[in-house]
Amino acid sequence: MEKYICDVCGYVYDPEKGDPDNGIAPGTAFKDIPEDWVCPECGAPKDSFSAE
Amino acid sequence: MNSYFNAEKISENVYWVGAVDWHVRDFHGYKTQRGTTYNAFLIIDEKITLVDTVKKEFASEMLARISSVIPPEKIDYIISNHAEPDHSGSLPEAIAAIKPEKLFASSFGAKTLKPYYDIDADVVPDGSSISLGKGTVTFVETRMLHWPDSMVSFYDRDGVLFSQDAFGMHLAGSKLWADEYPADILDYEARKYFCNIINVQSGKVLALLESLPKLNLDIKIVAPDHGPLIRKDFDKVLALYHEVATQAPVPRAVVVYATMWHATEMLARAFADGVRAQGMEVKMLDLAVSDRSEVMTEVANAGLIAFGAPTMNNNVFPAMMDTLTYVRGLKPLNKTGFAFGSCGWSGEGAKQISEQINLMKFEQPLPFLQVKYRPSDEEMKRAFDAGYQLAEQLCAKCAK
Repeated sequence: MEKYICDVCGYVYDPEKGDPDNGIAPGTAFKDIPEDWVCPECGAPKDSFSAE
Repeated sequence: MNSYFNAEKISENVYWVGAVDWHVRDFHGYKTQRGTTYNAFLIIDEKITLVDTVKKEFASEMLARISSVIPPEKIDYIISNHAEPDHSGSLPEAIAAIKPEKLFASSFGAKTLKPYYDIDADVVPDGSSISLGKGTVTFVETRMLHWPDSMVSFYDRDGVLFSQDAFGMHLAGSKLWADEYPADILDYEARKYFCNIINVQSGKVLALLESLPKLNLDIKIVAPDHGPLIRKDFDKVLALYHEVATQAPVPRAVVVYATMWHATEMLARAFADGVRAQGMEVKMLDLAVSDRSEVMTEVANAGLIAFGAPTMNNNVFPAMMDTLTYVRGLKPLNKTGFAFGSCGWSGEGAKQISEQINLMKFEQPLPFLQVKYRPSDEEMKRAFDAGYQLAEQLCAKCAK
């Protein structure tokens, strides 16, 4: 599964790890993350991410 | 109550209770040649509210200024617009003295104050308001302008926008208002502040400038956390922000260089003279006497930037890599670059600069110029021609 990088702050979403602190289970592909999820580091919206 | 530090009234119900840091010259690597201020504000309403604090070492001065208006323990609320230590450093001391009912911060503000001070903040969502009794404070998040937690707050009763680091600058002075300072100093310091702190998020600034009028805030005073406050001609400040965030190419050149035995300097001077011969304004900055924030200010203000440095122990001279790393991080747009340098033997310097220029996504129409020991007449001519030619191209680009 592809990693995605936040264009605003550089945080990398790794699907293997997910974002459990914000309700995204490990193994969740980026496309399956809800649209209202935001970057856990800087709060940028999901559409600020690009494939790494 | 007596005080030898006094608050200064900025509107009917709001006081400045900040501090002037006259002698800070190195602000986390930003050269603050005119010092700075840390602005904190006291709102007198049914719920008395402190907006932001000051750098740690000025905590007692801030509390003394507050005491000139009311005893600090009368304060009900504290608002933290930005958790960077120059504005939050006095929070622990302020909280101890005030014991506020609530401390308000953005969601990311709460996440930042916790690791810094082990403080729990009450989260105010973007666009939400709190009533202070007669007036209301509305919060607008400005994420990554310039930290994740950044927000601005607006007190409607007096029309004061507490804009945190937005529209601020590093400028120490005993006068509170921007209209009490020379316009050229304000222009320089505002540009310097923008390009060294906010440049990387220029796109977000343009979006914010677009959305700000839609909030229909009746702004009478803009109160940033650094430098003078704005009560006149805010539209001119907005126009300046629009200009610097747009980063359109400008017909001006800057030659940034380091030198050991003057060979790179010779090339730098020849390049600059080529630009000058073309008729374009050019400025030279020797890294031995110019710091990276000064360089960035000139880079932001130019369309053509030549970087030159010697090779030292098979690498580009270290000061140049420092500057390039810094400038690259701030993501300047619409620039043309040129790399040059001298060496004794291996000669990696100019090539490494050229690679950095590519990483910065500058246009680089000419190959780098690497010379050995001392430039020949022909190499000096090449440097001159490069300056002339690139200035000519930039002129054409700016005319479009």
